[in-house]
Amino acid sequence: MAKLTLPPVELVRSGHSACPGCGPALAMRYLLKGTGERTVVSVPASCWTIIATGYPTTALRLPMIDTPIEATGASISGLRAALDALHMSDVQVVGFAGDGGTVDIGLQSLSGMLERRTDALYVMYDNEAYMNTGIQRSGSTPEGAWTTTTPVEGMARGKGEPKKDIMGIVLAHHPVYAATLNVAYPEDFLRKAQKAASLKGPRFFHVLAPCPPGWKFASDQTVQIGRLATDTGIFPLYEVENGKLRVTRKLGQLKPVRDYIKVQGRFGHLTDAEIDTVEHEVQASWAALLQREARP
Amino acid sequence: MTRLVLSGNYAQSYAARLARVQVISAYPITPQTTIVEQLAKFVSSGELPAQFIKVESEHSALQVCVSAAALGARTYTATSSQGLLLMHELLHWASGMRTPIVMGVVSRSVGPPWSLDADHTDTMSQRDTGWVQIYPESNQEVLDSVLEAFRLAEDLAIRLPVMVAEDAFYLSHTVEPVEVPSQAQVDAFLPPRVPKGTLVPGKATRLGSYVGPADYVRFRREQARAMERVPETLAAIEEDYGRRMGRTYGGLVQEYRTEGADAVLLTMGTASTTARAVVDELRSEGKRVGLARIRVFRPFPAKEVRDLASRVDRLGVMDRSWTFGQMGSAATEVAAAIQSSPRRPRLSSFLAGVGGRDVGTALLREMFRDLLSKEPSGLRWLDMDPPKEVPLHG
Repeated sequence: MAKLTLPPVELVRSGHSACPGCGPALAMRYLLKGTGERTVVSVPASCWTIIATGYPTTALRLPMIDTPIEATGASISGLRAALDALHMSDVQVVGFAGDGGTVDIGLQSLSGMLERRTDALYVMYDNEAYMNTGIQRSGSTPEGAWTTTTPVEGMARGKGEPKKDIMGIVLAHHPVYAATLNVAYPEDFLRKAQKAASLKGPRFFHVLAPCPPGWKFASDQTVQIGRLATDTGIFPLYEVENGKLRVTRKLGQLKPVRDYIKVQGRFGHLTDAEIDTVEHEVQASWAALLQREARP
Repeated sequence: MTRLVLSGNYAQSYAARLARVQVISAYPITPQTTIVEQLAKFVSSGELPAQFIKVESEHSALQVCVSAAALGARTYTATSSQGLLLMHELLHWASGMRTPIVMGVVSRSVGPPWSLDADHTDTMSQRDTGWVQIYPESNQEVLDSVLEAFRLAEDLAIRLPVMVAEDAFYLSHTVEPVEVPSQAQVDAFLPPRVPKGTLVPGKATRLGSYVGPADYVRFRREQARAMERVPETLAAIEEDYGRRMGRTYGGLVQEYRTEGADAVLLTMGTASTTARAVVDELRSEGKRVGLARIRVFRPFPAKEVRDLASRVDRLGVMDRSWTFGQMGSAATEVAAAIQSSPRRPRLSSFLAGVGGRDVGTALLREMFRDLLSKEPSGLRWLDMDPPKEVPLHG
């Protein structure tokens, strides 16, 4: 039996109200195991507003502030400023925002926080659409995915535009640390969370957080599908520290993207030819990533 | 106590420094800029050991203050016009979360068309966001009001954010002598904030979560009750301030020569100073007129206005904005206040000084003439003619 390497502390209470198989629920759980009990969390309007439960209960054993959807970057700057002013510099500040709240409406605030060099960790949990409002496309929805605002009907083939490169945008701000994480790889997740917690300055996580109702798969498949996202090269795991990129899950031969696409209803309409196109794109971006890693 | 020559904007900065604010966040906008420039100097020089977070928008400026206040810090921001409008969403968050933020607003017109001048459209359009609104008349009153605002906002019976709104340029960029209290005097008047209902590191605390309808209405009612407690609390704070510093401003409404008046004009902000001089002139001419300055617009001083209505036959209200209602914003509030009054004076709504047009003595005399006439106007836009002199850029 594999050795349990995750700390036993649970800072997300069992009474949270996530859907069965919720990726974002795992993301918060693993993250807080890494950042610890002295963490304050800022959550904008998103699935986690609901998962954290309503008044008078709360799902975290930690302080949490709710904010409007676009304000996470500013909120964590404010939390850090107050902690500094009140001489509580041992406290970790975490912004925990969805993909829409980050790559779309919250991009300005995120950019501001990174540029201000706020000492905080901004976590984008990416379930690749506005899931809390009922599966509308976001800038982070992958090309070809069905959502309620990118239907598959007549000539329409789901989302017509590629996913926004949030890591590229973040890295252009030169954060002290940025990484991609996947809830299906908790050891890698935890190591990165602990590393981020040990650093000062602006830090960013792009977390893949599969969503059973939004992606249309059975709720017991979250981890399987999450693993396939990384092992097919669609969502590679890497970290960038002081500008140096390192792939943290090495892959020899990539698994076919078909394995990932075929198990999700949101991609059910894609033809073999369309899947081949995705395959080529993924191969190219994986090769580019390895090249960046090889750079001195 | 020192006497300094200060603009209204510097009066804001000095007051924030004396209040020992811990977190400042702001985004530049004309004519607010000198407030935050002076604060940046205070922070850089070490005179004010505060965190000054320079943000990328007013929306973020207020979110920084909300989140910092949620952890118990004393926070200050300042803005104007479009910046205040961009904050609109966060204004509701600040008051709904009961964060005691103090904000300086330089009241400026709203575009389009672009205009930088004194006008109350910005603050009036945010009157329903749950903030206390104070409209000082002089730079001295700006400084005193900001200090009172911190004490009021942080009072555990209130816990509401407060804006101190000063007229653009007439106050923001005009200098006059201001008595600046000593740090010891301010420290005695304004002790450090006592946090209540804040986030506590290490504890399962939460601010801003969703609620069901039954709790929502209960939270709103609590907020409304806090607003209802403002007049009494502010009166006590002013009394204490007056005892220590030697200045008070008469609570929510400041009356001037209203005894035995046939007509009283209600004003806000800097127009009140000129109006007071006009009242003196008219009184010396034997006309029985008076002035009532609305110093606090939120909560609206309905009790004071009803009391005035019980003594006067004709009330005029000058609004320095037009908000597309039945009358000017303040006039509408006055109408609602006197609705339940046993005696209802004739009410006139005057729009003047909109977009920064100067409100001179002739204009104010015209308002009183109208009020005292056989058939006073109901709603009237004054001063609509182009200026007589040829503008330089014309």
